Amino acid sequence: MFENLPLWPARASTTAGSVDALYVFLVTISSIMCLAIFTMIVVFALRFRRRAGHRAEQIEGSNALELTWTFIPFGIFLFIFVWAAYIYFQERTPPKDSTEVYTVAKQWMWKFQHIEGHREINELHVPVGRNVRMIMTSQDVIHSFYVPAFRIKQDVLPGKYTIAWFHATKPGTYHLFCAEYCGTMHSGMIGEVVVMEPAQYQQWLSGGAATGSLANTGQGLFASLGCSTCHRFDTQGRGPNLTGLFSKQVLLEDGRTVSADENYIRESILSPAAKVVSGFKPIMPTFQGIISEEQLNALVAYVKSLNAPAAGAAGTPNLKPPTSQTPVTNQ
Amino acid sequence: MSLRRSLLSDSTTAVATHNPDLQHHFASMEQQQDASVMGMWVFLITEIMFFGGMFAGYMIYRYLYYPGFVEGSLHMDFWWGTINTVVLLCSSLTMAMAVRSAQTGQRKAIVGFLVVTIFFGLAFLGIKAVEYDGHWSEHQFPGHGFQLLDEYHQPSPYTSQAEVFFSFYWAMTGFHALHMVIGVGLVSWIAFHAWRGRYGPHYFTPVENVGLYWHFVDLVWIYLYPLLYLISNKHVSG
Amino acid sequence: MASFGVPIERENYLNKEYGISSWLLTTDHKRIALLYLLSITFFFFIGGFFALLIRLELLTPAGDLVQADTYNKLFTMHGQVMVFFFLIPAVPAVLGNFLIPIMIGAKDLAFPRINLLSWYLYAIGGLFMLYTILNGGADTGWTFYTPLSSQFSDSHVIAAALAIFIAGFSSILTGLNFIVTVHRMRAPGMTWSRLPLFVWANYATAIIQVLGTPVLAITLMLVALERIFGLGIFDPQRGGDPLLFQHLFWFYSHPAVYIMILPGMGAVSEIVTCFSRKRIFGYKFMALAVIAIAVLGFLVWAHHMFVAGISLYAAMVFSLLSYFVAVPSAIKVFNWTATMYKGSVSFETPMLYAFGFIGLFTMGGLTGLFLAALGLNVHVTDTYFVIAHFHYIMVGGMVMAYLGGMHFWWPKISGRMYPEFWGKLAAMIIFIGFNLTFFPQFVLGYMGMPRRYWQYSPEFQVLNVLSTAGATILAVGYVLPMVYFLWSMRYGKIADSNPWNAAGLEWTTSSPPTTFNFDETPLVTHEAYNYDELDEPKEVPVER
Repeated sequence: MFENLPLWPARASTTAGSVDALYVFLVTISSIMCLAIFTMIVVFALRFRRRAGHRAEQIEGSNALELTWTFIPFGIFLFIFVWAAYIYFQERTPPKDSTEVYTVAKQWMWKFQHIEGHREINELHVPVGRNVRMIMTSQDVIHSFYVPAFRIKQDVLPGKYTIAWFHATKPGTYHLFCAEYCGTMHSGMIGEVVVMEPAQYQQWLSGGAATGSLANTGQGLFASLGCSTCHRFDTQGRGPNLTGLFSKQVLLEDGRTVSADENYIRESILSPAAKVVSGFKPIMPTFQGIISEEQLNALVAYVKSLNAPAAGAAGTPNLKPPTSQTPVTNQ
Repeated sequence: MSLRRSLLSDSTTAVATHNPDLQHHFASMEQQQDASVMGMWVFLITEIMFFGGMFAGYMIYRYLYYPGFVEGSLHMDFWWGTINTVVLLCSSLTMAMAVRSAQTGQRKAIVGFLVVTIFFGLAFLGIKAVEYDGHWSEHQFPGHGFQLLDEYHQPSPYTSQAEVFFSFYWAMTGFHALHMVIGVGLVSWIAFHAWRGRYGPHYFTPVENVGLYWHFVDLVWIYLYPLLYLISNKHVSG
Repeated sequence: MASFGVPIERENYLNKEYGISSWLLTTDHKRIALLYLLSITFFFFIGGFFALLIRLELLTPAGDLVQADTYNKLFTMHGQVMVFFFLIPAVPAVLGNFLIPIMIGAKDLAFPRINLLSWYLYAIGGLFMLYTILNGGADTGWTFYTPLSSQFSDSHVIAAALAIFIAGFSSILTGLNFIVTVHRMRAPGMTWSRLPLFVWANYATAIIQVLGTPVLAITLMLVALERIFGLGIFDPQRGGDPLLFQHLFWFYSHPAVYIMILPGMGAVSEIVTCFSRKRIFGYKFMALAVIAIAVLGFLVWAHHMFVAGISLYAAMVFSLLSYFVAVPSAIKVFNWTATMYKGSVSFETPMLYAFGFIGLFTMGGLTGLFLAALGLNVHVTDTYFVIAHFHYIMVGGMVMAYLGGMHFWWPKISGRMYPEFWGKLAAMIIFIGFNLTFFPQFVLGYMGMPRRYWQYSPEFQVLNVLSTAGATILAVGYVLPMVYFLWSMRYGKIADSNPWNAAGLEWTTSSPPTTFNFDETPLVTHEAYNYDELDEPKEVPVER
């Protein structure tokens, strides 16, 4: 609209359009409502202003009117609720074929780990037209990943992963803001999301990550930290075989069944006693304080990659687990 | 507040119009008493909300970290806890008897029952101090240096979960003990006034209100005891 | 009995006794109300001063007026001071304390000494807050989110938490006092269905104060314990959950916003009826609405947490419930409007504030619908949209209702009239300044400017400049009543007992009332707002 006074950010994701549509609808009905009430007040104030000889007419009320202006607004509210809930459901349900980026937020910067191995700080390169799933955690306090142009926001918590996803529709550079107050330089914890055409993005990718893919890094850690000692890929290990674990339903010692998502894998590394798999003992040591968030992400990516190709995430290099004869070397 | 001798009549209405304890903004002793007791009940509801926050947190973490809570609970001293529960129940009995004595105007009985109540309260606090000392010397206080040993005297695999249990243990029993200290103070205060002859059938609302407070604090302990001491009598397999 | 400017003053609660100890040791609810008036006005200007500094900083995108840490402390202290030391006590502790006993025909509240204790607790909390401010303040935001507040912040978190903890008990005791008073101290004939809506509103508020504030108390205590002893309840590294803090905090702080607005709604009901010369439209619905808001207000707290990491299904439940709580507020707006229909409307200062309230509360409330909408909330939460929303309700709503009430009952409180011209002028300055300050912030929020930002992206500057301009106008508007209320105590026209010819027991007492309010206990025989039985005001009773 007006060049110098924009009313909303660029629409650069599939979500942006639906969010703006709901917004415009709400602005419209709010304006109508306000206009109606203000007009009535003005009209009543003038028409029934104090005049000599005129007394007010004492009106008790009207049940019919009360019920009308209770249920009609309520009906409109329910309509808004359903519409908005539908959008939210989509916002919180990442599609299955998303490419993934691990995010570590800390005071006061954003660290990104692409699964291909690239690392970025405060800048995030993504391809246009692809679903991107952010797996995010914080090293310290609560932050929030906010890209106004995509109309998405998700708090980033210490101690667990939270997930956000988007599908960028327009190449360009867009603001990234931290949206949960996090201390001194909260307002400086900003960056850019650079949406690129597919060809450009491929070029950027091949511009090289010094290390291998994230899952590769994780595989190295899996060996060097001694995980493979107990988590063997046969049935002899003192710990469960992790092949095909990701998104499986796991039966625990206490009878609960949980889904092995990213948070489950992460928690199992940091607080192994919290969820002990049925048939195993709580002997796994904790790695809390021993590994960094980035290393944790690499391990999670590695464990995820142990799934069969069909279940794996698009773009995730598929790593075969070493056979039990493969010597485990410290790297 | 000046001290007055109690009037000997045991009929409330007979002294209503000239009752020196009637405050100026109330129309009758009945209204004053009604309002006073209602005020104490409303206050106790706020106390329920105050403790409620901690109980809610406890329930959430117990669900999440059950084995750690079991381990923590097994390190409670079952016998001290049980004795303390009996002590508090007895103190509620003597408190109730004190209120009854005030209603019937038996001055010596009021004082006697209140003093026994104080004694029970102090006994509770003393036992709690012994327990705290034990937990402290076993490094069972959350923070650096927290330690929990299992039945083989090895660090329990559920140590970090048990640390959450102990956070709640110290916070909840700590606030409870604080309320007990305040309670002992209140009971002492009305014991003093009872000894000076302040209470009788014409005016015993403070005794009744302190009684309500005391029963409430007792009731909080009745909930704390099973939640902290009686989670399980078996170690989690480990 | 009218005094018609008779120079010899009758005995009333103001002149009955002089001397500082007659004020500091008073148990008269009216004097306690004035003690509160002085203290909350003091804190209002402190909080307002912080707001001005914030707006000055935000004139430019760069952080160039104060340092980042200082800015963070400014918005934290602005929020804490305004919420806990102005908004929560303002209408209940000043107007409620003064009027509730008189409105129900009683000589005082049920527990006058506890009332005084309430003020002392407020004052002690206030001293702790001053100590916190003078030593640099806290920088966690008024919301104290963990683990920033429990571990990472090195500012005066515990001092601030302690100040609020103590002030919280002031609020609890006031609520307790009001509940017992309304239940047990009503004059003969004053049934529940004859109570003025101001009493209903404060009663509903008192229920929230009593049930909600203790949860805040324990939550702040747990944060303090975590800071001091390293407990770990909110520390993920020790198995704790930072989200538990948010649930506990918002369980109080959402109902708290209803503590702030409901008494203001009560005042608006009194004003609209008087200046329309009509009973309220739909009394039963109005009374039920405040109770419904109080109850439903406890069920929506996690709508502050839609992007915090709660489950999808929990979010849906809380969103739905948030639409439920919007309904009774809407009903109230319709009923006030309908009250004016076929009334006899005049436009004195209190009524101007009531108009302002209805308009701005409607706008603020409607934007609540935006925020409750899950899909939209994701974009606008934690931005200036939220800031605009709650300032429309708190400042556009609550502060205007408070000022309206102060003007309406000023003759009763002080025995003097305020100058009507200046009253109207201030009301209009405030209305204009307010809209200019906060309307641009809705746009800023949707454009993506996050809240609590010391420095911001340049495209947000134009709207920020507009907002700051508005803030300076608003500040002038707020200073005016301070000045002329004080002026009126010496030079204002002397008021008779009922300068507005209003309904309500308070207007049957002298202006100002005597210490015990009534010479004889009134006997109530009619409904509230019996304007059919009252004469029209013979002339506009105030100076032009």
